[in-house]
Amino acid sequence: MARAIPARRRWLLSILAWAVGLMIFFPILWTVLTSFKTEGEAIAVPPHILFFHWTLENYAEVQQRSNYIEHVTNSVVIALGSTLLALLIGVPAAWAAAFAPARRTKDLLMWMLSTKMMPPVGVLVPIYLLFRDWGLLDTLTGLTALMMLVNLPIVVWMLYTYFKEIPADILEAARMDGARLFNEIVHVLAPMAVPGIASTMLLNIILAWNEAFWTLNLTAAKAAPLSAFIASYSSPEGLFWAKLSAASTMAIAPILILGWFSQRQLVRGLTFGAVK
Amino acid sequence: MGAIRLEQVTKRFGPAVVIPRVDLDIGDGEFVVFVGPSGCGKSTLLRLIAGLEDVSGGRVLIDGADATRLAPAQRGLAMVFQSYALYPHMSVYKNIAFPLKMARSAPELIDRKVRAAAQTLNLTEYLDYKPRQLSGGQRQRVAIGRAIVREPKAFLFDEPLSNLDAALRVNMRVEISELHQTLKTTMIYVTHDQVEAMTMADRIVVLRSGNVEQVGSPLDLYRTPSNVFVAGFIGSPQMNLIRGAEAEKRGAKTIGVRPEHILASHSAGDWAGTAIIAEHLGSDTILHVAVEGMGTLKARVEGEFPLQHGQRAYLTPDPGKVHRFDNADKAMA
Repeated sequence: MARAIPARRRWLLSILAWAVGLMIFFPILWTVLTSFKTEGEAIAVPPHILFFHWTLENYAEVQQRSNYIEHVTNSVVIALGSTLLALLIGVPAAWAAAFAPARRTKDLLMWMLSTKMMPPVGVLVPIYLLFRDWGLLDTLTGLTALMMLVNLPIVVWMLYTYFKEIPADILEAARMDGARLFNEIVHVLAPMAVPGIASTMLLNIILAWNEAFWTLNLTAAKAAPLSAFIASYSSPEGLFWAKLSAASTMAIAPILILGWFSQRQLVRGLTFGAVK
Repeated sequence: MGAIRLEQVTKRFGPAVVIPRVDLDIGDGEFVVFVGPSGCGKSTLLRLIAGLEDVSGGRVLIDGADATRLAPAQRGLAMVFQSYALYPHMSVYKNIAFPLKMARSAPELIDRKVRAAAQTLNLTEYLDYKPRQLSGGQRQRVAIGRAIVREPKAFLFDEPLSNLDAALRVNMRVEISELHQTLKTTMIYVTHDQVEAMTMADRIVVLRSGNVEQVGSPLDLYRTPSNVFVAGFIGSPQMNLIRGAEAEKRGAKTIGVRPEHILASHSAGDWAGTAIIAEHLGSDTILHVAVEGMGTLKARVEGEFPLQHGQRAYLTPDPGKVHRFDNADKAMA
């Protein structure tokens, strides 16, 4: 029998939930609001939350000063490219771990995950040197490849947990029906794992899109994605809060919209393995 | 066309020996049932024949050709799984068509074969449905349809009726038997239900802990079980197995007599006892009687036999139907 929650408790919980949500969302909200202020308003104390002189001058200046479109294109290429590459490698890897595990498979998965525990700055110098020597600095190719490798452990793990949910005997039936491995994956496994693959793709796109550490250190002008675009607004001349906010809003807008429309998928994907 | 032979087949999972050694010959067109308690290795044996597991030793021959190293797809067999294993994202039509699609058959041929199989199994009106919209029995038929279109050398059934309710199970049993009569293809059927085994099989293979205890026709196993295990496994209600004085009197370690071969009386008989319970089935009555020195015996009597708890009862075994087993639990002549 479900526990009956008294009405007053429910109100309290609702208010609490809203408060927490607002607290988490506040930085983004503040950034968006600041992007519509003048520079003077932006640093005013006490800060004006809603009632100020709304202006679009920051957006105009940002658009004029830097090539927003080029940065968006770079972000899209890096995010999508690394995701597709990660899937190309991750799907067979997760298949092997889920359906043909060897004695060492668990160890291998643990090791893959452990590579994410190390701070990236630890390998900044070797990677930088490699990129320099191979002519990959400030190239989309280099950055896409790096993003793919950085997020590969997560991709493999997420796909692995999804594949484990698929009954093995359906794949065996496919084998009995004459399907070779390629057909088994393409015609039976992939369609059944679409929610899992979609969630993994979404998560990977978001992670690659938001990646700032590597993009700042390994790009200059040609391959700079949106994260570098934002950083260019915090300059030695001083912090122009309003313009920085405008640039930030423009940088996160695409991914916010994507996330909004796919939120159900995302939540499902991240919590799927939690309940058997 | 569908003769299968297992030569010295063994199977190990790591250090555990699941199947010590099996030698078996299955003739073309036979309906062979692997039966035994849970964990006896019957499903493992089936999967070895299918190619879903690799043998640890020995050979699997299909129509005389060594198939031990062949992938499942190349063995020309079809399998019906306990969970049906239908492709949930495909319609019934596509499910049945899948093997033909994998074999790269022409679309017209696929269409013809799928519709023919659907007709045989009364699935024609469900061809556009998805598996989740079907009942258990319908799903089972789709699984069978998918196996039929492959026109395999042999069908492998892995406890296909276990997930169905009792009434449906009886109907499907008959349907599968009729299918065998129509197609005349070899069928290897795994079950833990000895009633299914007895009613469907040409020959039964009784397994225990990976060992073949006995191979024979249902009546062979019923009339002349080769050891205590088979005697107790085949036949419902279970054979009465008696040790002690009564066994020694007949020169055996254990004697067995089936409930249907015991006469019951209120007044006189070989063995005297007290009634514990009487199960009234209408067609028969099964009496559970506690006999001094022999434990509880079951007797099956035709028709109605009134017996109250605590009442005195007398049981007489048919002397020609008493089985004798020696110290190694093997049947004595």
